[in-house]
Amino acid sequence: MGTPPGGAPAACGPPVPAPGGPGGPGGFPSGEARGSAQGPAPRTPASPEGSPAGRSGLRLPRGVWALPPVAVLALVFLYPLGLVVQQSLTPEDGGGAFDAYGSVFASAAFREALWTTVWLAVGATAGCLVLGFALALVIAFVPFPGARAVAKFIDVFLSFPSFLITLALLFIYGSVGMANGVWTDLTGTAEGPFRFLATPWGVLLAEITYFTPFVMRPLLAAFSQLDTAQLEVAAGLGARPARIVRRVILPEALPALAAGGSLVLVMCLNEFGIVLFTGAKGVTTLPMLVYGKAILESDYQAACVVAVVNIAISVGLFGLYRVVSKRAGA
Amino acid sequence: MLVHSRTGRWAAWGLFALLFLPLFALPLLVVVGASFATHWSGAFPSGPTTGNYTAAVRGESLQALTTSLVTAVTASLLALTLGTWAALAAAALGRRGKRALDALFVLPVAVPSVVVGLAVLVAFSRPPILLNGTGSIVVLAHTVLVTAFAYQSVSAAIVRLDPAYEQAAASLGASPAYVLWRVRLPLLLPSLTAAAGLCFALSMGELSATMMLYPPDWMPLPVRIFTATDRGSLFSGSAVAVVLMAATLTVLLAVSRIRTRAAYR
Repeated sequence: MGTPPGGAPAACGPPVPAPGGPGGPGGFPSGEARGSAQGPAPRTPASPEGSPAGRSGLRLPRGVWALPPVAVLALVFLYPLGLVVQQSLTPEDGGGAFDAYGSVFASAAFREALWTTVWLAVGATAGCLVLGFALALVIAFVPFPGARAVAKFIDVFLSFPSFLITLALLFIYGSVGMANGVWTDLTGTAEGPFRFLATPWGVLLAEITYFTPFVMRPLLAAFSQLDTAQLEVAAGLGARPARIVRRVILPEALPALAAGGSLVLVMCLNEFGIVLFTGAKGVTTLPMLVYGKAILESDYQAACVVAVVNIAISVGLFGLYRVVSKRAGA
Repeated sequence: MLVHSRTGRWAAWGLFALLFLPLFALPLLVVVGASFATHWSGAFPSGPTTGNYTAAVRGESLQALTTSLVTAVTASLLALTLGTWAALAAAALGRRGKRALDALFVLPVAVPSVVVGLAVLVAFSRPPILLNGTGSIVVLAHTVLVTAFAYQSVSAAIVRLDPAYEQAAASLGASPAYVLWRVRLPLLLPSLTAAAGLCFALSMGELSATMMLYPPDWMPLPVRIFTATDRGSLFSGSAVAVVLMAATLTVLLAVSRIRTRAAYR
């Protein structure tokens, strides 16, 4: 997999799998090609020890140069996070440290939000994997004129914020939108049948739409490295397309699928814009709950408790994603 | 070529079009269509007008656009500086140090943006640093959120950097600072501009953390779109959304042009 941040295909590469995956010393086709084109250059990437900063001139130990950025990050990110954890443990009116956790866990709203968040994220991830795999298959292996333009379009799509999708869905499936309009025009009834937008299904549709490209990017990169001779041989030996997909392409694509899928899972867990724009009272996810508690109810302690739970789930899953994508890159 | 029969190929393409067009192409078209309309009853938008755009480029919306641009440019430059510095420092560290720095600098991606917003709000609404109610708290939160992406882009590029150039320069007597300024950074320039474009696009569309902490006089475009659609003015909201998309694309295009010029150097 890979999003070569400096490479050509990432023309306007937004959020995508930069997270970790390509950060590792993976096989970048473009990078390696560049390296070998420059003649006697060593094929291995720059070794960390080989940097000039440590070799000559400066007397300072190498680690010193890492301190300023770490200090800045600690001030603007780690210190605030620490305060959130501290506030979640500090009871407002006496009592034990975990009182706030107890009351939040006991509330039905929290448990429902937790359940909604998890099933929406898992459902959206599954949908994105299936859809992204099918679409990437066609782009890569049944190419048509304009397939490259489609791949470009997907890059552009990724640079737009997620809530635009919900905004668009309001016009397509909203109560006076396109789909219902077509329905009433055709059947003559007064109201159309599409009214799922304010339900979790509307959020699910928006998340699948927005996050599928995040699966397609690493998949297309993996497919571009697949030797087409394998497919030709398999086809020559009489394998049918479905069998080739199952036995040749799918095993090759698994690492990219795993990496893309776990990234999408984390992003779905953290998604806020789509749910906010849906405006449905019935759909509350953990990020929505954090927003509601803090901004609408000014109950900062409860917000901090929900935030800590959300951090724990997301960071845990993100760690898993890093491990999976490291392995995929190797 | 996976499918050899003519009918099979057309079937695959048909399926592709059936999934791709309504899911990905239609939403963008619909938003653009709605931005030129006053009503949407029936299958298509009606009441063609450019009034939404005249409203979208003046008054509060214009202010939101400048707010967004200022926020995005400032946050991207700050994040780029911080991320590049950290990536260069990480490359000079040993294996374990680099891994620790990697983990630290990608953490903001894993933490939900809403929580980052909450954390920044909690931390900077109290002494010693009071930023609550100012625009800089929004810029700060955006910087935290996009630094991770800048760091990853640049650090992936450093790994692919050919060490021969800097070794040659150093062996000819160039000081480390000179090597950094005249050799490494110019070689990294394409990735730096790509990272800048990425950070800019992310910051322009950032809504989650912004919703937690924007002050009334510093309202970026996404919040403006939300308040418009929340009030029910979907059509003027779409026009603002199109302005947002156009601004993002223009900057990305400009940035990618810088990159191609740098690549020929």
